[in-house]
This record gives sequence, C-alpha cells and structure tokens, in this order.
Amino acid sequence: MARTADLLVTMKNESQRKFRIIVAKPGLDGHDRGAKVVAAALRDAGFEVIYTGLHQTSEMIVNAALQEDADAVCVSILSGAHMTLFPEIMDLMKQRKMNDVLLCGGGIIPPDDAAELAKIGVGKLFGPGTDTRDIVKYLQEEIPRRRPR
Amino acid sequence: MSGESPRSRFPGTVVPGDKVLYDARDRAGSDPARDLGEAGDFPFTRGPYKTMYRGKIWTMRMFSGFGTAADTNKRFLYLLEHGQTGLSTAFDMPTLMGYDSDHARSRGEVGREGVALCTLENMETLFKGIPLAEVSTSFTINSTAAIMLAFYIAAAERQGVSADKLRGTIQNDILKEYIAQKEWIYPPLPSMRIITDMMAFCADHVPKWNSISVSGYHIREAGSTALQELAYTLMDGFTYVEFGMKAGIPVDKFAPRLSFFFNSHMNFFEEIAKFRAARRIWAKRLRDRYGAKNPESWRLRFHTQTAGCSLTAQQPENNVVRTAIEALAGVLGGTQSLHTNSMDEALALPTEEAVKIALRTQQILAHESGLTERVDPLAGAHFIESLTDRMEAEAEKIFQEIEKRGGMVKAIEQGYPQLEIAKAAYQFQKDVEEKRYINVGVNDFVEKEPTPFPTLRIDPRVERDQIEELRRYKERRDGSSVRGSLEAIRAAAKDGMNLMPPLLEGVRRGVTLGEVVETLKTEFGEWREPPIYW
Repeated sequence: MARTADLLVTMKNESQRKFRIIVAKPGLDGHDRGAKVVAAALRDAGFEVIYTGLHQTSEMIVNAALQEDADAVCVSILSGAHMTLFPEIMDLMKQRKMNDVLLCGGGIIPPDDAAELAKIGVGKLFGPGTDTRDIVKYLQEEIPRRRPR
Repeated sequence: MSGESPRSRFPGTVVPGDKVLYDARDRAGSDPARDLGEAGDFPFTRGPYKTMYRGKIWTMRMFSGFGTAADTNKRFLYLLEHGQTGLSTAFDMPTLMGYDSDHARSRGEVGREGVALCTLENMETLFKGIPLAEVSTSFTINSTAAIMLAFYIAAAERQGVSADKLRGTIQNDILKEYIAQKEWIYPPLPSMRIITDMMAFCADHVPKWNSISVSGYHIREAGSTALQELAYTLMDGFTYVEFGMKAGIPVDKFAPRLSFFFNSHMNFFEEIAKFRAARRIWAKRLRDRYGAKNPESWRLRFHTQTAGCSLTAQQPENNVVRTAIEALAGVLGGTQSLHTNSMDEALALPTEEAVKIALRTQQILAHESGLTERVDPLAGAHFIESLTDRMEAEAEKIFQEIEKRGGMVKAIEQGYPQLEIAKAAYQFQKDVEEKRYINVGVNDFVEKEPTPFPTLRIDPRVERDQIEELRRYKERRDGSSVRGSLEAIRAAAKDGMNLMPPLLEGVRRGVTLGEVVETLKTEFGEWREPPIYW
C-alpha cells in the first residue's frame, strides 16, 4: 500500500517538476536590478531559478540553458543592444535544437523592436512597470505549450 | 466619506508612519548653533555657501551622449545654445568597460547607451568648437576614468589649454561600481590604487578638477533606500579619504576636490533631509576624524540627478511632473548642479524635444518660482530638522555595521551592500504590486491603451562608422611608439609608479582605450562577482 502511494507521489513529482528558468544578463550591461527582482519573484512563485550573473556572452547563456535543461531563458537588456543580442542567442538555441525552450525577457526595449524580435521567435519582452505576477502567469502558460509534459 | 484617506507609503522610508504633526518636542536636545550653523559654515547643514543661489544659480548640467563623438558634439552644441551651463558626457558600454569599438564584446553596444570614445581623436571631435578653458565638463566614467582623463588633458593641450585651466568632474567612483552600477574591470584593490594615483596627479597638475564624484545615484537606481544611498555613499567617500591619506597625500590637498552625486527620488521631505544630513555628516567626519583643517575639505558639494527609476513607461507625460518634484527637492536640499531626466527615458534614450522640456523645467524653477531668493528656506521646520537628525543617526548605524566588517572594500568583497540593495529593490517591487505604494499609471489610475510615444533611434551606421574610423586611426599610428608606450604603462602598473604620466604620454602617441585596459589586465587581473540575488 505505502509503496504504491510513494510511487504515485514520485510520478506526480516527475510530471510536476518545477519549471527551471535561466535569468541572464548578456553583454556589457550592468543594470541588474530588474533581473534580480524577477529572479526573486520567480523563485517565490515556485520556479527553480538559475541567475547567471553579469556580463555573459550569448554562448555562455545558451550553454547554461543546455546544461541545466532549462524550460525558459529570460534575458534582461537595458543597454540598447537587444537587436544584436536576442538574435544571437536565438541563433545559438536553434543551432542546438533547443526548439522547445522559451526565449523571452525584458528591459528597455521599444515596442517596434519587440515586434521585430517576435518575428524570429522571441517570446514576450516585459518593460518597466511590469507586475512580476504577469511574468509568472506568462511562463506558466507558455512553457507547457512548448514543452508538453 | 470615512475621513481616512488611502495610505500610500514610500517603500523603505525612515519617515515614521505614525506621526501626523511634528513640534518642538521632536527636537529635544538639538542646538541650532551646533547642528545647523550658518550656510557656508561648519557643519554646512544649511548649505555649502553663504549666499547659495543668490550668488550663483545651480549649474544646469544635462547628461548626454550617444552615437559617435560627432553625434554627441552636435547635442552638446544644441544644449549650450539653449542655455545649458555645463556639459556632462555619457559613454557607451564598451567605453565604460574598456573595450575598443572593434572588439568582439562590443558588438551591438557601440554608441547605444552613450558616446563611443576610444581614441584621443574621438575626444577632440567630441569637443570640437567648444573652448575647454571656458566650459566645465563632467565625465560619467569609472573603470576607465584614468584613460579618459588622459584623453581630455591631451585634447585640451591640442586646443592650447594647459591642464591647470581645466574645470570639471570625473566620476571615478569605483566602489559604487562594485556596489551598484557593475561596470568594473579589475579587482577592488588595484582599482583603488589607480584612483589614488589620479587623486595625487590631479592635486599636483589639474587643481580645478574634481577627481572623484562620490556617487549615490546608481546605488539608489539599483534599488536602495534613501538611507542606504546616504550611508553607502558617504562610507565610500570616507574610504577614498583613508586610501589617499594612507598613500601619503595630505588630506587637505585632495579632500577639497572630492564632490558628490546624489539621486533625488519622489519621497520629497526625506530627500531634502538626506542632502542636509549628508553635508553635516561629511563636515564632522572630515574635521573630527580625519583632522582636515581646510574648510574646503569639510564642505560637501554635490550634483543631483532626478530618479530615472521613478519614471514610468506608462503615461510618459506624467514623468515631467515627477521630475519637477524631484528637482525641487534637489534645489531645496542645496544642490550645486542638476540633471533633470526626460519624460521618455523609461522607453529609450531621450529625444531632443524631451530633453528640452527637462531643461526648461530647471529654468522655470530657477527663474519663475522665487526659489533662488532665500538660502535653505526649510531650516527650522520641526519635521525637516527632526528628519535630518534621524537620517544622520541611522546612517551612523550603517557606518558601524560596515566598519565591523572591516571597511567598505571588505564589505563589498563579502557582497554586503549588494545584497542589502537587492533586498530593498525586491521590497520596493512588492510594495508596488501589493499596492502599499501607489505608482500612478502603474498600479492605479491605469489606462488600458499604451500612449504612443516617439523615441530616439540609434542608426546602425554608428557602429560601422566608428569601427571604420578606429581602423584608420590605428593604421596611421607609429606601431613601435605605441608598443613602447604600452610597455611603459605596464611597467608603472607593476612598479607602483603613478600611472598618469605614462598614460598621458601613451594617448598622445595614439594608444587606444582598449589597448591600455588589455595591458593593465595582465598586471591587475579581472574582477568576477558571485551572482547573488535576494
């Protein structure tokens, strides 16, 4: 009896493995307030969060996502380099066949640029004033869509 | 009506929430002669100068920089033409982090967040048509400040202006980089050594230059409270004084050239109290602990920038009002110069139109409101004085905490201020999300449709042009002279000689910013921060 229950619990945990999120700061940008607040909010919402720290290359971020088997990569850019860095990260993810991993993010990103990035498959980009609960909701909906479990 | 208004309490404030009315009892034990004195006299609570804005209105100094040196030069000339009285330069990320524009790590960042500047020629272009003997200039740069100062001195030489005539400020506050802004290169101790070299060099050769602008601005933007901003910034200032004295420079020789840079956020009275407390704490510490004899060493002068982090992307026009309130706090707190943010800065770098309104805000404050007529008009108000006392007392507790950890450099290595700021930033966010603090347009008074708003676009040609210009510059140089210069810089780094003379000689011979940094990294190593969040 007890063993069957244990087994069921294990199976349930497996199917409900916490979402694993990489929160990344690419490029030379040092603005890390937003990334850290989002990392803390996602953790408090029950996600498993890996914060890369600052000054990461696109290569480092994608490698981290692969190694950690991340469900989503959330990239924060406030330096204006988003039109270079997002496509670079996206290309690397495609090369490594990470088609089921969500790439999204936030920062100071004008709406026109966000629309441009959406065309190459970048997910939602959250700007200043975002309620972190909206980010949580988005990830909870978007991840299972890409990675059915 | 129930009679109770909804409360909106500023996150992390030290202002007690329970009291409505302040009176003389809240200031028992205070002594106006001792605690306030006269403006222009110890302890400078009432202001650094006797006549304040009657004598001279604050310097209207708008921070700007984008694209190539030629693009920013155009913006500088525009601002001067519209009545700005000082210049302030923003650099792009590669320049701040010590990479030339053609480095792989610079890709996509050139000219984006400020101007790209990696050669003496770029510096000459930046100030084309601007007489360097006449303007005061500010450079917001830290890890690579020594190189930028060398470029500036060399560019002035080419205009026929000697270093002793130059007026301005270089931020050069590396401690707050580790704490908040995160644009570092070398580990803390070698960075402090470069700064000590600069303080000594400026004291001897560039006497009108502010060699460090000790900055709370970025600490606040990273999410600190007003109190943390005050305490960490002053502690950084004390640390520079102690390093300077340890290096054998007499305190009265360099302390008068330290200036400060604070944030002005929305919590109006607390901001004013913060500025007044800062002056008093600094004056007391410099005189009583460090034995400074020259009143210039006691006198804290500061620049203020309104809080970028208070601006909202929602209903951007509202930011004009926020900026005006924050600017008013800066002026009532006795600032020496002021940058007012533009309403579109939560969206992108500001357009010329938006910058003009921000500058006009200062001009309205200065000329239409009667603000400049009296010195420290809020002095003696029970609430203001009791809040000033409280800021001072609470800051002292934080100083003790940091001293217990072995000083600011050790505290940074332990990640202490970084973590405290991350906690405060998260708390701020939660206060907004749970509506303990009302942020108009964000968590209340929200409009469904976003306001369409024109933003500044940086042309991708900037990066190509800048790289091409750098390539041609490098081709024109004498290669062996460049190698010799870099070797001299490396030797000075290794032997502990002052770095400034070989740097200055190097940039005259065409050494680039990135080449200097690569060379110094071989001697000093690089700093890595452990990734921590709260």
